[in-house]
Amino acid sequence: MLEGVGLKKYFPAASGFAVGRPGAWVKALDGVSVRVAEGETLGIVGESGSGKTTLAKLCLLLERPTAGALRFDGKDTAAFDRDDLRRYRRSVQAVFQDPYSSLNPRMRVEDIVAEPLPADGGVSRAVVAERVREVLQLVGLRRESGALYPHEFSGGQRQRIAIARALVTYPKFLVLDEPVSALDVSIRAQILNLLKRLQEQLGLAYMFISHDLAAARYLATRLAVMYAGKLVEVGECDAVYTEPLHPYTEALLSAALPLHPGTRRQRIVLGGEVPSPVNPPEGCRFHPRCPRAMAQCSRQEPEWKEVKPRRFTACHLY
Amino acid sequence: MTRASNSPPLLVVEDLKTHFFTRRGVTKAVDGVSFTLLAGETLALVGESGCGKSVTCLSLVRLVPEPAGRIVGGRVLFEGQDLLQKSSAEMRRIRGKRIAMVLQDPMTSLNPALTIGTQVGEVVRLHQGLRGDSLRQRVLEALRRLRISAAETRLSHYPHQFSGGMRQRVSSAIALSCAPRLLIADEPTTSLDVTIQAQYLDLLREVQASAGVAVILVTHDFGIVAAIADRVAVMYAGRIVEMGSTAQIFDRPSHPYTRALLRCLPAAERGRQPLVEIGGQPPDLARLPDGCPFVPRCPDRLPICETKFPPLVAIAAGHDAHCWAALPATESAAPLVGGSGGGAAVAPPQSH
Repeated sequence: MLEGVGLKKYFPAASGFAVGRPGAWVKALDGVSVRVAEGETLGIVGESGSGKTTLAKLCLLLERPTAGALRFDGKDTAAFDRDDLRRYRRSVQAVFQDPYSSLNPRMRVEDIVAEPLPADGGVSRAVVAERVREVLQLVGLRRESGALYPHEFSGGQRQRIAIARALVTYPKFLVLDEPVSALDVSIRAQILNLLKRLQEQLGLAYMFISHDLAAARYLATRLAVMYAGKLVEVGECDAVYTEPLHPYTEALLSAALPLHPGTRRQRIVLGGEVPSPVNPPEGCRFHPRCPRAMAQCSRQEPEWKEVKPRRFTACHLY
Repeated sequence: MTRASNSPPLLVVEDLKTHFFTRRGVTKAVDGVSFTLLAGETLALVGESGCGKSVTCLSLVRLVPEPAGRIVGGRVLFEGQDLLQKSSAEMRRIRGKRIAMVLQDPMTSLNPALTIGTQVGEVVRLHQGLRGDSLRQRVLEALRRLRISAAETRLSHYPHQFSGGMRQRVSSAIALSCAPRLLIADEPTTSLDVTIQAQYLDLLREVQASAGVAVILVTHDFGIVAAIADRVAVMYAGRIVEMGSTAQIFDRPSHPYTRALLRCLPAAERGRQPLVEIGGQPPDLARLPDGCPFVPRCPDRLPICETKFPPLVAIAAGHDAHCWAALPATESAAPLVGGSGGGAAVAPPQSH
């Protein structure tokens, strides 16, 4: 349904008041190809600065890619006309991390939820109001809660409002950018269960962006691991968890917290920091932190290849 | 973890009560919290937002925002002295020196306009009176201990030049620079990435073991608890509802709230098994019921739960819970303390 090919996004690195051609670029996204099929959940995991959110912005057409193409149902989004664009915005909606800043505190919930409905859609006010009540009920809020303001709701309920707003246009694809990271553990479970139920009920496809591996595993069917603006591994979610191919995936999984004090295990603790996107390391971007780095890793960038059926990675080990 | 079991505890908190007086009434943010902490031990305070974890910590160091908030009862014995009786000048000498804090967001707890060297140096200068070269040496030592590389050049850098993980290590360096006996860490890794969180927790454990610091760790994440805590206190609606060693809490959670928290944790190992939710919302702390505040959300509630606050039930040595359902069915085994329940004004006695 949605396919990105070789997506790149460079931002000019601002330095003071320099005017003209910027000398340096922040390579937020540097050649990423992803596909999301109808009804599936692609989990995207990685640390801050790995390019997850930039990828989300490209998918929402909030940013134009520097290079590469994004196709929706086979049609290049760069060639979209007004109608295509309108249709796209109806089919693709988003839920963001912080329900405190993503809802306008001065608007009533019913107006917030109705906002994505096209103003020129020629639908009557009564129809809009009924649709709003319907989606509020769908996300587990009372149908009458539309008359209230966001501050009258708890964090978990606000995230439900944000989900209702995303659903109001009957979308088929939701970009979920860290939708549970700002929530308490107990509320997180409610929202994850809700997202799962909605997907089954409405046949939605999700792009679920998270740094929480456990949450990603709960929802995702396929998993893409990002590091410093590039994909390092893509595969079926369960396979990636049980048998990670890339050393970074392995380290990321082992850094996850134990479920029980008895299973405090020997972790692969990565030294160092995530590299600067202005000046990424030569060769494989992970090699300065990689516990299994070899001589060629610092010189040559590993190729993206299918190592096993439906398992992709970029690493010289394979 | 070295633990001298017969030496007196480092910290004894008895029936601590911190209330907020607002237009809507009295919000009982902390309502009868008692616990003890041994030297070098790590105690995790766990619970949802608004359960009183952070206010408990602020009360220990007397930083409750006044005048709305007031500590209205209880004792906080630190090294045998009641901190609630100290003057503000005396408290200032304890804070930062004997008791240090690390807060959630290092970007807001560090001053963006001062260099790291100045900020670490300030604490050392104030509490240890060092100047000049010996001050500089101590600051470098503090930074190196938290693995800040190239510490000499880093001294003149500002917080924005550091990554999130490094900023949290800098604020920990400030906290540990005067060799405190107690470190209060309020959600120290919430703003950090997974691999950086793992780095930080390992480092914290290592530094703690070598310096013999006791740690009170506030978190809502049982994964962090499993990774580094010795003992766990689960808080709900301003009270500790269950306390025990980390293994006891994980192996035999005895309060329904603890069980619910453990079950709703998504864990990679569990894959896509459905998560058990805790329905409903935490109670309004200004209108607490007479009975157990968890009743509306509790799957195991009994008729008595509605009317009387549950007594403290001993589950095992060092492990107890405030729950009627945890009482042995035979009922002859009497509770440790009678649950007086009562109206909002009469708080049940709690002792650990």
